[in-house]
Amino acid sequence: MSPEPTNTLPSEESTGERNNTSAVNTVDKVARRVRVQPARSAQGPRSKVGAWGLGLAGLLLMAALPLLNISIPGILPTPTYQPGSLQLLAMCMLMAAAALSYHLLIGVAGLLSFGHALYFGAGSYGLAIILNNFGLPLLPAMGLTLVVALALSAVTGMVALRVTGIPFAMVTLAFAQAGSVLVRRNPGGATGGEEGVSPDAAGIPDFLIGVANTRNLYWLSLLTLLIVIVVVTWVQSSRAGHVAAAVRENELRVRVLGLQPYWAKLLIFVVAGVLAAAVGMVFVLLQSGTVPRQVSADFTITLLVMVVLGGVGSKWGAVIGGVLYTLLDQRLSAFANSIAVESLPAILHVPLSEPLFILGALFVLVVLFMPGGLTGAVRRLRERLSANSAAKRN
Amino acid sequence: MSTLILLLITGVGLGALYFLVASGLSLIYGLMGVLNFAHGAFLTLGAFVSWEMSRRIGEGTWLTFIITLVIGAAVGGVFAALTEFALIRPLYNRHIEQVLVTVGLSLAAVAIFEGVWGTDPQYTKGPEWFTRTTDVLGAQVPNDRFVTIIVAALVLLGVVLFLKKTRYGMIIRAGVENRSMVTALGIDVRKAFTLVFTIGGAAAGIGGVLASHYFGYVSPALGGSLLIFAFIVTVIGGLGSLAGAAIASVVVGVLQQITNFYWGVGDFVVIVLLAVVLLTKPTGLMGKTA
Amino acid sequence: MSPDNIEPILRVQGLRAAIDGSQVVDGVDFDVPATGITALLGRNGVGKTSTIKSIIGLITRTGGTIELAGERIEKVPTHKIIQRGVGYVPEDREVFSALSVAENLKLAERDEHPNRQLVDELFPDLVKRAHQAAGSLSGGQQQMVSLARALLNNNKLLLVDEPTKGLAPKIVQEVAQALAIAAQSVPILLVEQNLAVVRQLAAGAIILSGGKVVHRTESAADFLNDEALTQRFLGVQSEGAVEQSAETTSGGML
Repeated sequence: MSPEPTNTLPSEESTGERNNTSAVNTVDKVARRVRVQPARSAQGPRSKVGAWGLGLAGLLLMAALPLLNISIPGILPTPTYQPGSLQLLAMCMLMAAAALSYHLLIGVAGLLSFGHALYFGAGSYGLAIILNNFGLPLLPAMGLTLVVALALSAVTGMVALRVTGIPFAMVTLAFAQAGSVLVRRNPGGATGGEEGVSPDAAGIPDFLIGVANTRNLYWLSLLTLLIVIVVVTWVQSSRAGHVAAAVRENELRVRVLGLQPYWAKLLIFVVAGVLAAAVGMVFVLLQSGTVPRQVSADFTITLLVMVVLGGVGSKWGAVIGGVLYTLLDQRLSAFANSIAVESLPAILHVPLSEPLFILGALFVLVVLFMPGGLTGAVRRLRERLSANSAAKRN
Repeated sequence: MSTLILLLITGVGLGALYFLVASGLSLIYGLMGVLNFAHGAFLTLGAFVSWEMSRRIGEGTWLTFIITLVIGAAVGGVFAALTEFALIRPLYNRHIEQVLVTVGLSLAAVAIFEGVWGTDPQYTKGPEWFTRTTDVLGAQVPNDRFVTIIVAALVLLGVVLFLKKTRYGMIIRAGVENRSMVTALGIDVRKAFTLVFTIGGAAAGIGGVLASHYFGYVSPALGGSLLIFAFIVTVIGGLGSLAGAAIASVVVGVLQQITNFYWGVGDFVVIVLLAVVLLTKPTGLMGKTA
Repeated sequence: MSPDNIEPILRVQGLRAAIDGSQVVDGVDFDVPATGITALLGRNGVGKTSTIKSIIGLITRTGGTIELAGERIEKVPTHKIIQRGVGYVPEDREVFSALSVAENLKLAERDEHPNRQLVDELFPDLVKRAHQAAGSLSGGQQQMVSLARALLNNNKLLLVDEPTKGLAPKIVQEVAQALAIAAQSVPILLVEQNLAVVRQLAAGAIILSGGKVVHRTESAADFLNDEALTQRFLGVQSEGAVEQSAETTSGGML
């Protein structure tokens, strides 16, 4: 009789995690839930041309706004050719650009960073400090600021990316906190402490100074947004972008394929940081100054809210989220002070007059009931409409 | 020497505050995988409601102080339980969404606090004994520090007893280690979730009351500023480990006090410590090695 | 598969389950008779553990029906399924290392009157080590704790996943004996790679491959004696040459 065969094969691979709360894995595992919208998934060439045409028309319209007299009462404080509205719209576009840079981190690479404001601040504070202390003209000052921002994001990124998930989020938070503390301490009087700092007008060309030139700052902001959109699109469709997105989905598989996730992530991290700094530079010009809050975790959370409102993983979601948030934030105070709201009983009046309450509550509602944010909801609506019309046709 | 004693004791006092916030954060993360950004709001509300109450029944007495502790715990606990029930539970197992929802809640809560109480700090008044100092080996230590340390130690004791001696405590200890196996034993972990949130909220509420005396005021930003350090403490100590949170709180508090006094870099040092810990042992001092 | 006059304790039909998008259980049908030990066999990675986990809902099911003692349980949450009388002994034991042995057992008690006597008799070592932290136990002792947890309650069915994995031969025998005694009062669905143990204990057997059932038998012994069948479905030659798998990592953590 043959000896009893004993099977000493190792056991079947149990692929489920036994405890969902394993610290290092949680955010990773769940960040995979974020799905990048397939760029132009099932669109034929005709609709692609249509989309481009629409985009171009939109761009032209936005560029022409300072020359037009359009009034949107309730939303815009003044007709579009006046500085009040132009300032608001410029801010909307800058915030959209900042949100886009954050989208690159969280939506594409799945890196939940709580310290993104640090790089934005590097841009705004950096430019102001260089203009004030080194007497360089604007363009070289901007160039230098970007170099500094690049170095900063590279160094912090190299350190932070050694860990993932929650530890990564905490390291980025820590770095941003350090920056915030540093800025508040006002070393050498350069950062102005709690009051913030303003760039010396001497280094800035005249056409960017003064209320009358708000329209130039508006165009500069539009240009910034455009550049950020182009860069983000390019990175997303580049090899690094694909690797980072794949890493977001399943890091192990990427490693097994012999690709190096670390460098793809670092590249994205640095690009996102530099973009944020670029936006920060234009911000300090638009606002004629900056304050410590722009470096704080609060501001990063603001960006997070924008991206989630619009829909994580969607470029246009980030843009829409940025614009919407800024509009709500700036205009809600006006809304709250309007007679209609003032006359409400205190229990309604108090929360409604706090823009952050409305934004926070809206954010909570979106997370609970509208995963995928606004763009997700629009997409589902469109799908349902086309399904309805298809059903009708049959 | 006496300066060092003073710094040590006040450092432990600061650590006690951190612990009261970090204990909840740690347990909530360990059991549920939720990084609760709204924890600071539990603290702030506890502090504000207690302050309002103390103004009405007469500030400055021991009785009032003790009542405010109880109220702080109750308010923090209830706020936390409601949060878990209404916002966290519907998002079961969707950890990122749960974190996001707590972020949104903290934004909205701070905004409401500002709307109701304004952004300026409101000054608190405790029993007169708080304003005096006691001599300890030559150092003049403000008395309220002692109270903070003792209360925090009592809370630690209470939570440890609860964890070790009750069935739910056992469930929580097991669940922090392996939640799915607890479910596979036929136990409904969701009740443990609410319980952990409530305990964490109550501890935060107590922390709020103590912080209002430690710093001398309440303001809507009170919770947020402590929360960042509580996060740091939680991560350094190891997410899910109560003992880790306790040890890390003391280390961070003392370190911060000493380095702040001599060189003014306390905040930095803490952050550097966090970075060092994360890069050498990401699961924290007493966290499980994943 | 079961005798015509007794209902199977567990009936699974068309069971499907997925992990991270990949279909690990892909249309599984079988019955577990209400008495005795039924073995669940198959090569590495065919979906044995996943099948067990999806029965009690630890893995997301994407389709199929499951009947426990005649009642459908697909929509029942895991803890309630267990409360209906299922004992689960996971692969890799999964005892709570921070808790003592006694606490591990206490946590598992569901009924008013747990089978303390049976458990204490079967596992005297655990009685001695009642206050020892479970994390400091040897692998064999941890397996005892894991088994004891399932035997404490009056269950309708035990789901046991590779209880002898990584254990010394003497302990393997102890585990097998404990299972044999338990099987006198409760049916067991047993996933096992150790074919000697299967031969010793199992009545019927179900063989999986690629997430599907590929063979059933009411006599595990006959199946294991059939070289052609075992080679085809388990990749094992009876001449003692064991087919090594490319994967040697153990799925869980030690």
